[in-house]
Amino acid sequence: MSDFPRWKYALVALAMLFGIIYALPNVFVPLPSVQVTATHNAAPIDQSMQKKVADALVAQHIPALDVSVQGDHLLATFANTDVQKSGADAIKATLGDGYSVAFNLKSVVPSWLRAIGARSMPLGLDLQGGVHFLMQVDQSDVVDKQENSYADDIRGLLRLKNIHYESVARSAVKGQGIAVILRSANDRSTASDAIANEYTDLNVANGPSTQDRFVLNVVVKPEKLLDLSRSTITQNLSTLRNRINVLGVSEPLIQQQGESRIVVELAGVQDPAEAKALIGGTATLQYRPGIGFAGDAAAVDAARTGNIPPEANLYYMHDNHAPVLVSKQIIATGNELVNANSTLDTQSGTPAVSVNLNATGAKKMLDFTTANVGKPMAVVYVERVTETKLVDGKEVRTPRITESVINDARIDGVFSNQFQTTGLGTMEEAHNLANLLKGGALAAPVDIVEERVIGASLGQDNIDKGFKAVLLGLALVLAAAAIYYKLFGLVADIALFFNLVILVAVMSLIGVTLTMPGVAGIVLTLGMAIDANVLICERVREELRNGSTPHAAIRAGYEKAWATILDANVTHLIAALALTTMGTGAIKGFGVTLMIGILTSLFTSVMLTHAFTALIHGHRKLKTLSV
Amino acid sequence: MEIFNHNSNVPFLGMRKYSVAIALGLMIASILLIATKGLNYGLDFTGGVSMVVDYDQPVQIAGVRDSLAKGGFEHAVVQSLGGTREVSIRMQPKDDPAAMQASDGKVNLDRIAADVSKVLQATRPDAKVKSPEFISAEVGAELRSDGTVAAVFVMLGIMAYLWIRFERRFAIAAVATEVHDVLVTLGILALVQREFDMTVLASVLAVIGYSINDKVVVFDRIRELFRLARKAEPEEILNRSINNTLSRTIITSLFTAITMGALYFFGGPAVHGFAITMLIGILVGTLSSIFVASPILLWLGVSKKDLMPVTRENPELARRP
Repeated sequence: MSDFPRWKYALVALAMLFGIIYALPNVFVPLPSVQVTATHNAAPIDQSMQKKVADALVAQHIPALDVSVQGDHLLATFANTDVQKSGADAIKATLGDGYSVAFNLKSVVPSWLRAIGARSMPLGLDLQGGVHFLMQVDQSDVVDKQENSYADDIRGLLRLKNIHYESVARSAVKGQGIAVILRSANDRSTASDAIANEYTDLNVANGPSTQDRFVLNVVVKPEKLLDLSRSTITQNLSTLRNRINVLGVSEPLIQQQGESRIVVELAGVQDPAEAKALIGGTATLQYRPGIGFAGDAAAVDAARTGNIPPEANLYYMHDNHAPVLVSKQIIATGNELVNANSTLDTQSGTPAVSVNLNATGAKKMLDFTTANVGKPMAVVYVERVTETKLVDGKEVRTPRITESVINDARIDGVFSNQFQTTGLGTMEEAHNLANLLKGGALAAPVDIVEERVIGASLGQDNIDKGFKAVLLGLALVLAAAAIYYKLFGLVADIALFFNLVILVAVMSLIGVTLTMPGVAGIVLTLGMAIDANVLICERVREELRNGSTPHAAIRAGYEKAWATILDANVTHLIAALALTTMGTGAIKGFGVTLMIGILTSLFTSVMLTHAFTALIHGHRKLKTLSV
Repeated sequence: MEIFNHNSNVPFLGMRKYSVAIALGLMIASILLIATKGLNYGLDFTGGVSMVVDYDQPVQIAGVRDSLAKGGFEHAVVQSLGGTREVSIRMQPKDDPAAMQASDGKVNLDRIAADVSKVLQATRPDAKVKSPEFISAEVGAELRSDGTVAAVFVMLGIMAYLWIRFERRFAIAAVATEVHDVLVTLGILALVQREFDMTVLASVLAVIGYSINDKVVVFDRIRELFRLARKAEPEEILNRSINNTLSRTIITSLFTAITMGALYFFGGPAVHGFAITMLIGILVGTLSSIFVASPILLWLGVSKKDLMPVTRENPELARRP
């Protein structure tokens, strides 16, 4: 009787089970919490800190649900956002400056759900509150610096090859490259060959010439420029990540958007000023003679006693915080650094960072290394963040400077404009060092092109309203379908409900960030998902009117409606796909939701309803159908 | 339950001269409206600074405008956010020259928000500025071009699919009707000067997806009836297809409209624009599916022989069991 195969029943049952399990985490509303992390110079978080915080909260009659140490941070959870706010203020007052205190949400999803990879959907800023920045990275500075350095190099090369030249200078027009002016056509062709052979990243072409001026136009190859702009973005991303970590925001979103933009979203942060100060911070580099190595006896002693030799500074290593003594003399600065790349050392095959200096830096480096082979050289990373505060109505700017040593290595030989730092443990370490070097030297100016502050209460309001709209939309369609199509309507209702469940499950599993446009997408999906059932039900009615038996009507209804449903959904899918190609987050979120919704509804409204219809009608003799 | 008579045989194609004339008229009117009145582009597109101001006591929009003008913000756009205690203010960063100067020509959102707050609180101490937002003009302009590209991409994609699955004439008729739907939807938005922001753009693109759904269902029936019919008089076939699918067309539209209504009334201001645009689009799309798409198909000269499945003629396939 029933022509519905067993495996399809199994598939439907599995899909329903999958939907319920993976949608489940969203039921557990995360608790508002406060996360405390130690900054560079403060004592690490430990049990005593936990007691201190818990006591302070009790003393001020702020009820905390839980205060616990989790790895390198402390987490205090509260019943609601009001308590969370006063709790954060109290903790801040207790711990003082060395710690960053940030709002956070603590997941209360049971561990067995987390063990199978089920998690709740991350909420977008519009549902959670926080600050949003979109930044434009200005890359022209980086290109300028490259061209200047190449101009230096070309001068050196021509001198070396004994080719007489009139001048080597960057063109007045930006982006036109470097103009090399020579005195004869002969010189020009020799120079052209020499440059092209020596620097494979450059394109060389003859320019217009007069009797005694022979122009050679040298431009950086587009591939190299593209490479450069990519690495500028990566470098900026990692610099931003480093800086924003200081804020202690639990899951900051720092992402590239398009070719030259970076989007930063900090949930829970309500005051954009501090975040902006960090983003706008600048970093510089100094190559300085090292006095001993990181963590050696002299340095540890100096750190312990505070007796620092007069010609030295005491710093800490960037990665493991080991103390290190560094001379006050500066060999070269970040301004003289042209490029730094992680690579593999050609001799030992170990990870290394290769560094290029410009002509002035190279000369100083040559002088220093000639006299100091075998001695250490340190790279000091100086970060400067200017904080603007309003004091008595006036803006007061206070710079905050953090200095750390990112590398301390022995000078193996004499070098000038190009050298390698070897002996790095992993490729990742090399990559990080290269990024830090670039961050301190090639920092491209970053402009904020979009800024948004979403209040926490607005976020909660949006959640409530969105939730209400989804439930109400669902309830109305369920009721309407049940009234209009009776039993078949009820079956469609089951499908629609599971469509919502499976849609939420898939979104949670993929980790689609839920935003208000996403909620609109869910509601729209609910409205349109019923379309397939309308098509099926209308077909079944038609077949019945044409005199088919109930079973034949069901079979023909599903068969004939399928082609239409497929065509309608594919075209709709094309539209949703176009939405996801839009770069902007909000529209993308809507498009992704719509796309997943179309796919899940295709399954639920055809296969799931068919299974239920077959289950209900399959083994009975039917006179009529309730449709 | 049945609202629509399943034996209905309304001569929709008989009215084609009028229906298409009305559609053309609406399109021209929409183009004129968009050209003259223009769309009321929101911050997402124009770039600039916006903020929301909350008042404890009811406030008049005109009053807010006056206090802003007195404080030197003559060009600020003030809009109500529904209710009488919440307004949105939009302006360009250059409207606050002092703030621009203080931060070396860069946009300092906090400063602008503070300035506006100061000006408003001079007359109404209960004004509270929240949710400041800044978008550069460049980003806004990009969004506009991205949106246009996306719309064109959708239409071409749909056209290609229908061309392959159906036939050339169906693809052209569908896209022509789509253009009509989008233009009229935009025309209505221009007429009522509803703010056109990012979510409305998303909604307009979704309208394309929704309304193509409707058309494809009718087209599918047309193809089916052509293939079944022994003698196929195009006008009669098209008319029968529309009537056969009429119940479905309207029921689905109603169901979708119900959910969008729920979104409009309960989803809050963040999705107002989305829901209302979708509602307009559903109405326009449903009407054009019934009155516009098929007449175009008829004029393009659709016939039975264009729609017979090609696969049957493939001897390779015919030999298979």
